[in-house]
Amino acid sequence: MYKYETSLSVETEKIPVSELMSYKIEIEGLNAWFGNNQVLKDINMKIRENAATAVIGPSGCGKTTLIRCLNRMHELVAGTRVSGKVLLDGEDIYGGNVDPVTVRRRIGMVFQKPNPFPMMSIYDNAVAGLKLNGINDKRKLDETVEKSLKSANLWDEVKDKLDKSGSSLSGGQQQRLCIARALAVEPEIILMDEPCSALDPIATAKIESLMRNLSEDYTVVIVTHNMQQAARVSDFTAFLYLGELIEYGSTEDIFENPKNELTEKYLTGKFG
Amino acid sequence: MNRYATRKIKDRIMVSLTYLALVIALIPLISILLETIMRGVPAINLQFISERIPPLGQPGGGIGPAIQGTLIVVGIASLIGVPIGVFSGISLAEYPETKLALAARFLNDVLTNMPSIVIGIFGWTMIVVVIGWSVIAGAVALAAMMIPIVTRTTEEAVKLVPASIREAAIALGVPRWKTTITVVLSSAKKGIITGILLSIARISGETAPLLLTILGSRFWFNGFTEPTAALPLAIFNFSKSPYSTIDWPRAWGASLILILMILGISVVVRYFTREKYV
Repeated sequence: MYKYETSLSVETEKIPVSELMSYKIEIEGLNAWFGNNQVLKDINMKIRENAATAVIGPSGCGKTTLIRCLNRMHELVAGTRVSGKVLLDGEDIYGGNVDPVTVRRRIGMVFQKPNPFPMMSIYDNAVAGLKLNGINDKRKLDETVEKSLKSANLWDEVKDKLDKSGSSLSGGQQQRLCIARALAVEPEIILMDEPCSALDPIATAKIESLMRNLSEDYTVVIVTHNMQQAARVSDFTAFLYLGELIEYGSTEDIFENPKNELTEKYLTGKFG
Repeated sequence: MNRYATRKIKDRIMVSLTYLALVIALIPLISILLETIMRGVPAINLQFISERIPPLGQPGGGIGPAIQGTLIVVGIASLIGVPIGVFSGISLAEYPETKLALAARFLNDVLTNMPSIVIGIFGWTMIVVVIGWSVIAGAVALAAMMIPIVTRTTEEAVKLVPASIREAAIALGVPRWKTTITVVLSSAKKGIITGILLSIARISGETAPLLLTILGSRFWFNGFTEPTAALPLAIFNFSKSPYSTIDWPRAWGASLILILMILGISVVVRYFTREKYV
């Protein structure tokens, strides 16, 4: 199997900046199961801080499960199991005395289908994370609404109808509202699970440029089945196949010079 | 005749049959309603809803205490039944596979179909024998009828909340219990309210359990451990009276008041819990 360490030297020649980056998440020997079905097999990978990392692979390869293990959402489904370590800033989030709730406050998540809270206004959706966690200071909420909607490039479109229902927006706007909602709790990492799969090309383009901007300030991990999207928005790409990490490196390397035959076959559309 | 024409005829026949069934189903409903309105309206006036219940056969008076009694007994029953029903419904929906949940669901179904007279006997042996005919005994018996209905409808309503909504809140770092009582409950609100209203409508008209628990009375509410009047009991008493010209119209009037009361509760509750966004 392709070794990540060897790619570092190649990478530093091409993008010297990456040498200055540190690792935000280190995944060590991660396995995950649904019942008796093992969907992740001994995953080892290090995710860089303030960069966009894409996870690609065919359907059912474990992409979604992988990122759901990063904020401990996988274990919410009955009959699931996880083993191995996920170090967040060097600390294992699966450690004995770690509360998953505090982990999830540091790691935001955007889902495949836009899921704004239907009974809340746009305003309340944007600050749902704060309100549900007991913050009710009106000034703080107002500031956060504006800031997070601006970061999600949605402010100009909704600033005059903040009291309208979140579900009255179009699909693309709803997804950006969900991104704003995730940003409002000031996470360090943003996980995105195929955030554009339910959107049209224009809405997708808006979210993609948003992903690029976000990766300057946040550690972004994107799951996508769209290889071109991974090539456009990510700095690093991981290729997963049947629950195994086949190849991982800078996006440029993976797409232009894949070292593994499987990766090449997948990227050239020989299977998928 | 070609195949298309036969199909068209079959289609016409089936559609007519469904309409016919609908009309037949509506006949008893509409005739009950019309009959109650036509015979009930003349009996109703301010005196009728505000004055004390007269002895059978005596003119004058009203059904004031019966309205008051029903409101009090149903009110207390709801105070007991709604929280227990809603919380057990949530628990069944959130932890559906535990042994306790399976047992509770089975018993709940049995209880839903329990004849109401049996519930009355339960109230009688458990409470009336100890503290006597009382408002409390009636409220407990009605709550026992209410809980399984509220539990079932709450469970179904909570189960219908999409997992994506729940996950959205959990991924924001909201603890599970808080996710349930905020996001999940407000999404399931409509279904839960419907269940509560259904159960209130059901218990408001129950006569058998009340006969065995609050006994009935002609007087105003006199304390929680005393017998009291109630609309279904008043209707029951008036309608078996031999004085057909004096008491039977009262039975119709009381029936109409009971229907209007249930309708009124339903409208008011729906207004105050209406969805902000549809």
